[in-house]
Amino acid sequence: MFGYYLDMAIRSLKHNKVLTVLMVLAIGVGIGASMTTLTVMHLLSGDPLPGKSATLFRPLVDPDPTPERTHETPMDVMDYRSAMDLWSAHRADRQTLVVQSPVKVVAAATNVPPLMLMLLSTTTDFFPMFDVPFQYGSGWTADDDERRSRVAVISASLNDKLFGGANSVGRTLHLRNTDVRIIGVLKPWRPSPLFYMVAGGRFAHGDTADFYGKPEDVFVPFSSSLEINDGNFQQFTCWALPKIPGHLIDAPCEWVTVWVQLGDAGKAAAYRRFLADYAAQQKSLGRFTHAENTRLPNLMEWLDYNGVVPSDVHLQTWLAFAFLAICLFNTIGLLLAKFLRRGGEIGVRRALGATRGAIFAQFLMETALVGVLGGVLGWLLTLAGLSLVRRQPTPYADMVHLDVLMFATTFALSIAVSLLAGALPAFRASRVAPALQLKTQ
Amino acid sequence: MQIRPIITALRRHRLATLLIAMEIALACAVLCNACFLIMGREQRMKLNSGVDESSLAIVQLTGFDNAMARDLNARMLSGLAAIDRVQSVSVINTVPFGPQAGANGMSLDPAMKQINAVIDFYLGGPSSFQSLGLKLVAGRLPQASDYVSLSNVLPSSAQVWITRSLADHLWPGADPLGKEFWSGGHYRVAGVLEHLAIAQPGSRGQYSVDWSVFVPAQPGPFLTGSYLLRARPQDISHVLRDVRAAVAKVAPDTVLDMDDSKTISEFRYAYFENDRAMARVLVGVIAALLLVTALGIVGLASFWVQQRRKQIGIRRAIGATRGDILRYFQTENFLIVTMGIVFGVLLAYALNVMLMKAYEVTHLPAAYVATSAIVLWLLGQLAVLGPALRAAAVPPVVATRSV
Repeated sequence: MFGYYLDMAIRSLKHNKVLTVLMVLAIGVGIGASMTTLTVMHLLSGDPLPGKSATLFRPLVDPDPTPERTHETPMDVMDYRSAMDLWSAHRADRQTLVVQSPVKVVAAATNVPPLMLMLLSTTTDFFPMFDVPFQYGSGWTADDDERRSRVAVISASLNDKLFGGANSVGRTLHLRNTDVRIIGVLKPWRPSPLFYMVAGGRFAHGDTADFYGKPEDVFVPFSSSLEINDGNFQQFTCWALPKIPGHLIDAPCEWVTVWVQLGDAGKAAAYRRFLADYAAQQKSLGRFTHAENTRLPNLMEWLDYNGVVPSDVHLQTWLAFAFLAICLFNTIGLLLAKFLRRGGEIGVRRALGATRGAIFAQFLMETALVGVLGGVLGWLLTLAGLSLVRRQPTPYADMVHLDVLMFATTFALSIAVSLLAGALPAFRASRVAPALQLKTQ
Repeated sequence: MQIRPIITALRRHRLATLLIAMEIALACAVLCNACFLIMGREQRMKLNSGVDESSLAIVQLTGFDNAMARDLNARMLSGLAAIDRVQSVSVINTVPFGPQAGANGMSLDPAMKQINAVIDFYLGGPSSFQSLGLKLVAGRLPQASDYVSLSNVLPSSAQVWITRSLADHLWPGADPLGKEFWSGGHYRVAGVLEHLAIAQPGSRGQYSVDWSVFVPAQPGPFLTGSYLLRARPQDISHVLRDVRAAVAKVAPDTVLDMDDSKTISEFRYAYFENDRAMARVLVGVIAALLLVTALGIVGLASFWVQQRRKQIGIRRAIGATRGDILRYFQTENFLIVTMGIVFGVLLAYALNVMLMKAYEVTHLPAAYVATSAIVLWLLGQLAVLGPALRAAAVPPVVATRSV
C-alpha cells in the first residue's frame, strides 16, 4: 500500500507543479529560518560540561560592609579575602579561583612582536575540574600554587602562533617582566559559553554575546600571577575606591571568582551550611554586615541566572517560529483547497471500496512527501542561514555549525510540520460523501 | 455590489477562509511588531554622542609600566602632534563608543549610602574639551586651573561638566550649576553639556545613554596610554594610518592596540553592528512573510476561481459584467483580509505586551498597526488581482457546457 500511495502522491504533486512548488517553498523557507535560529539557540544554551555541570557550584557571599546598602542577591564575584578563605578551607572535593587580566607576552627566542593577551590566574584544580584537555604536558600542582612557581599553561592557538604548534613544554615565556616556564599546552578548547568567567549577566540588558568569547591564552598559578601582573587587575565592582588601582589584594573590591566541585547532594548541603557559617563568622568578626546573603548555585543555575543566551537570539528564534506558523497556515489553506477539489476522485475511490482511513493515509502520504522536499530545501536554507550567522561579528560566530542532532531535527521538524498541515485537509477529504460527489459528475 | 452572497459563499468555505484569515492575522501581528522593533533599533543608532565624531580618532597603547607614564605621555603627545595634518592631540581615558573606562556609582550624599546613578567619568587632559567639540549649554568652559592632578583613577575633588540629561535626573527642575555630588571624590558642577554619550551607550539601559561627566585632569600615571587625535574629517583616516609608524618611533617599548585604535566613526559603526544585523534580519523576515502571505492568497484564490468556473459562467450568462466578477473576488479578498486584520490587531498588541516584558520595548503606537493594516489590504488586493482577472475572463458559454 505504501508504494501505491507514494506513486499516487508523486502523480498528484506533478499534476499541479506550481502549487507543489509553492507549498515546498513555504515549508522550506519556514524550516530554514527556524532551524537557523534553533541551531544558534541550541549552541548557546547547551550544557558546557554535560554530566558534570550538576556537581560544579559557585559560592557567593556579600562582603559589602555598608549597612545601608542591602543587596537582593550577593555580588557575582568575591573580594580577595573571602575567596582565599573559602579556597584554602578545602571543604569541597575540588575548588579553584579564577581571575582574568591583560598581560604583555613575549616568547623568548621567537621573532613574534609583543602581544597583549588575556591571562587567567587560577589554581591547580582548574584543569581537572573543568575537563580541560591537554595536548602536551600537564597543569601545575598544589605545590606550585603554594610556592608561587613561575610556570604557565598556554592555549593551542597561542602555541600555534608562537611555536608553530610544536611541543613547547620547557620553553620560556616572558610575561610582563617575569620569565615563566611552559609546562602544558592545551588542545583546542572552546567551551560555550566561557562558563567559568560568566558574571554580571543581570546588568547586561540582554546583550550577553560576550559570554561566548574564547578562553584565555595563558594560564598561570593564581599566587604567582598576583606578583607577575600586579597593577593590571580589574575589579568587577567596588564598594569604595581602591587605594592602588589594579592592585586588588585587600582592596574594597569584588573581583575573584570561586568554583567548587561537590560530588553529591549531601556534600552540597554540607557546603551550603559551611558557607552560611563562614558568613556568620565573618559578621561576628565585623567584616560582613549582610551575612545571611549567601548563595550556592550550580553551573546551569548560574548560567540561567545570568541569562547567558543573548536576548537578540531569543527574539530571532521567536520571530522564526512565528514565521513558520504563518507558513504552516498557508500550507494548510493550500492543501485544503487542493484536496477538496479532488472530491470526484475521492468519491470514485470510496465507491470502489476504499475506506476513510485509506483516503486519509493517501492524502497524508502526499503531505509527508511535501514535508520531505521542504526538509531538503529547509536543510539547504539552514546551511545558508548559518553561513550568514558565521559572517556576523559576534563572539560565537566561529562555533556555529549544524551538528547531527540539528540535522536530524531539520527533517523531523519539516515532516512534523507538513503532517500537521496535512492532517486537517486529509481528514476533511476522508469525510467527503461519495454519493454526492458521484452525482455531481 | 452585494456583500451578502459573498458572505454566504465564504461560509461554505469556512475552514479555508478562517485559515487564510489566521495567516493574515499572524502576518499583521509580526509585521507591526517587527517594524516597531526596526524603528527602535534605528532610533538607537541615531544616538547623538555630543562629540565631533567625524574629526576624531583614538590611539590606545598597552604593555607599558605606570612608572613611565609622564615620560610616555610627553613622548606620545609630541610624537602624535608631529604627524602631518593633525590638528590637536590630548590625553583622554576613553571616548563615546570606545572601551569602557571610568564608569562609577555616584551619590548626592557624602557618605554614599545611596547610589543615585551609575555614570561615566570622562577624564580629559588639556585641550580635550575643545577637541571633542562638546557643546556647553550653561556654565563656563574649563580653564587651565581646572585640570586637577590625579592620585587615583578619579580625582579627590574637581570641577566637573555634566550632561543635561544627567542634571535633569539628579536635580529635576533645579539649576545644576554649583551643585555637588560624590563618587571617587567630591565634585562640583561648573557647566552643563548638551550631550555626551557614555562609552557603551545602552549597556546600562536606554535611559542612561547620556549620563556622563567630563572631568578636566592632568595626564599622569592614572591617565596614560589613550590619546585623542583631531584632524579634518577627510584627513582623519590618513592620520590614523601614520600613527603606527609614529608610535614605533616614539614608544617602541609599548604595544599599540590596533583593535582599539580607531576613528570614532569606526567605533560607532562597530558599536551598532548588532543592531544593524538585527534590523537586517527583521527586514528579511518581513519580506519573506509578505511574500508567503501573498502566495497563499494567490494559491487559494486561484483554486476558488477554478472551482467556480461554472458558477461564474452562469452569472455571466444571466447578465453579470466582467467588472462584477472582478469586484466579487476583490470584495471577497477584502473581507477575508479585514477579518484577518481584526484578529491581527489583537494579536499585535498581545505580542507587544510579551515583548515589553522581555525587552526594552514601549507601547506599540497605533500608527504602526494602521500602516500594517493598509499594507496587508494592498497586498491582498494585489495578490488577488491575477486570479480575479482570470475569473473575469471566464466566458458565459461555460455555463452551457457540461463537464
